[in-house]
Amino acid sequence: MTTTSVDERPVPAEEVIGRPSAGGHLKDRAFKAGLIGLTSVGLIVLAVLLVTTFLDGAPSLSLEFLTSFPSAFPEKAGIESAITGTLWLMVIVGAVIIPLGVATALYLEEYADVNRWWNRVIEVNIQNLAAVPSIVYGILGLAYFVRGPLSLGRTVLAGGLTLSLVVLPVVIITTREAIRAVPPSIKEGALALGATRWQAIWRQILPASVPGIATGVILSVSRAIGETAPLILVGAATFVAFNPTGLDSPFTALPLQIFSWTSQPDEDFKALAAAAIIVLLVILAVLNGLAIWLRNRYQRKW
Amino acid sequence: MFGAPRRRLGERAIAVALAAAAAASVLVTIGIIVSLAGETLAFFADRAVKVGQFLTGPEWSPLFSDPQFGIRPLVQGTLIITLIAMVVAVPLGIGTAAYLSEYASPRVRKTVKPTLELLAGVPTVVFGYFALTFFTPKILNDILGLDVAVFNGLAGGIIVGVMIIPTVASVAEDAMAAVPQGLREGAYGMGASRRQVAVRVVIPAALSGIVAAVVLGASRAVGETMIVLIAAGQIPTTSLNPLKPMETMTAFIGATGKGDVPTGSTGYKAIFAVGFTLFVITLVINLISIRFVRKYRQVYE
Repeated sequence: MTTTSVDERPVPAEEVIGRPSAGGHLKDRAFKAGLIGLTSVGLIVLAVLLVTTFLDGAPSLSLEFLTSFPSAFPEKAGIESAITGTLWLMVIVGAVIIPLGVATALYLEEYADVNRWWNRVIEVNIQNLAAVPSIVYGILGLAYFVRGPLSLGRTVLAGGLTLSLVVLPVVIITTREAIRAVPPSIKEGALALGATRWQAIWRQILPASVPGIATGVILSVSRAIGETAPLILVGAATFVAFNPTGLDSPFTALPLQIFSWTSQPDEDFKALAAAAIIVLLVILAVLNGLAIWLRNRYQRKW
Repeated sequence: MFGAPRRRLGERAIAVALAAAAAASVLVTIGIIVSLAGETLAFFADRAVKVGQFLTGPEWSPLFSDPQFGIRPLVQGTLIITLIAMVVAVPLGIGTAAYLSEYASPRVRKTVKPTLELLAGVPTVVFGYFALTFFTPKILNDILGLDVAVFNGLAGGIIVGVMIIPTVASVAEDAMAAVPQGLREGAYGMGASRRQVAVRVVIPAALSGIVAAVVLGASRAVGETMIVLIAAGQIPTTSLNPLKPMETMTAFIGATGKGDVPTGSTGYKAIFAVGFTLFVITLVINLISIRFVRKYRQVYE
């Protein structure tokens, strides 16, 4: 960080050229206080959001809630099918984005010649895909996965594929960073010893970047299972009173269930939505914790 | 000394396979454009729809028996909510970035940054729930005493703004951190205070990156679906009153896609036409932001 060395200046300029006026001092302090105020707004909203949602939802949380299916009666309704649906989505998203994301990142980092226009097109394309609204991916999933060419119907596979596309750019970007963090000398050493390009990648670069890649994949999966908008267009079913039985099974997921209950005018259902939010946030916290642990535990400093 | 390198078929095959994976990402973009544009053309082929009316017509009711296809209410709803979000996110995001980059000690930065990233990790459906069940009734209604409808553009816009704070803050902070230390030291040497350095040196020097941050934030706000679908309502209107319900492009797509719309129906095609409009708007915004990011990287790296 270049900014930290400000604190290590040997002599503050004020002491050389005399103290600034008292008015200037006051302005400096007010400015700093203002910035701290602006910074804290986001943190305060986050805290209020977490606390109010927890207070709304905690009374409805129970083992029964976790192991019941949706119901028209709030006191009987639960989220078992939503949890299993979300788990299915996690597995599908992981299975799609790991090979596709790592392969793309390897190509861009190790093979692509940036002077070629098509490689620059791929780069800009990925940057743009990362900022395409997720609901647009939902429309794509509806047109190609649910209907059209693949015609999978409103199945967990169609949902998983759609979410995979939503987070693919994130996986590619984080994987590239992980690969770039491996010093070139490692690869050069392997090449000097007679390894082929792929041998150097497969035996040296990839093993060294696995922690970084795994961190990126986990964070992407956690982003995917928090997505609602694409699933509305692809999945739609919010009243699913059974667990998915296979890739071709209809499904629901936690965010969809939360959305459906939030849309009910009945306050009892809103409380259920809050309880489901707590479960979703706990799952996300576990995934993020895992990613941070992996990064701290295994990431090598070169 | 080494002789000609052995040609390995495997090496070549791997390179081709990796290139194919990279090309797949381009295929996704092409898929988006083809699917959106195809159905949009079908939408305009419908006798009831006219391009001029679509772009400027003041009424949007594609599913009524006497359908009207003016997208203006949806575009206007999107713009108003984006504007409210930016009024919230620009000062908060840039203020946060300036504090973290120019004032915070490394220890404070190490705690505040990951906490802000948590805010970015909250699913948008959760923000929607928060806007509908807490922000509108408790803050806007009870505390501020505003006469807001249950669903209103103001709550949607403000919460969308909160959602994009981390985006704006993180890109803006990167840009400020990239300003060379020498510029700051020069200003200190001239007797400038830390505030003067931040306001007159760092922020102007990082301006293109800050603009990129704002533009990227706007793109997020335009494309945000769940918060507005839940909290802002589903009534397309040309009214400018943010205390009343309004519908955005994304909310229309979500609300219409929720039901099982039959392929080829007017509702189905309308989803694509609105989606295409949304995609074009965000594409333009994204390309602008990519350009600004590249500009500040070129200057200082």
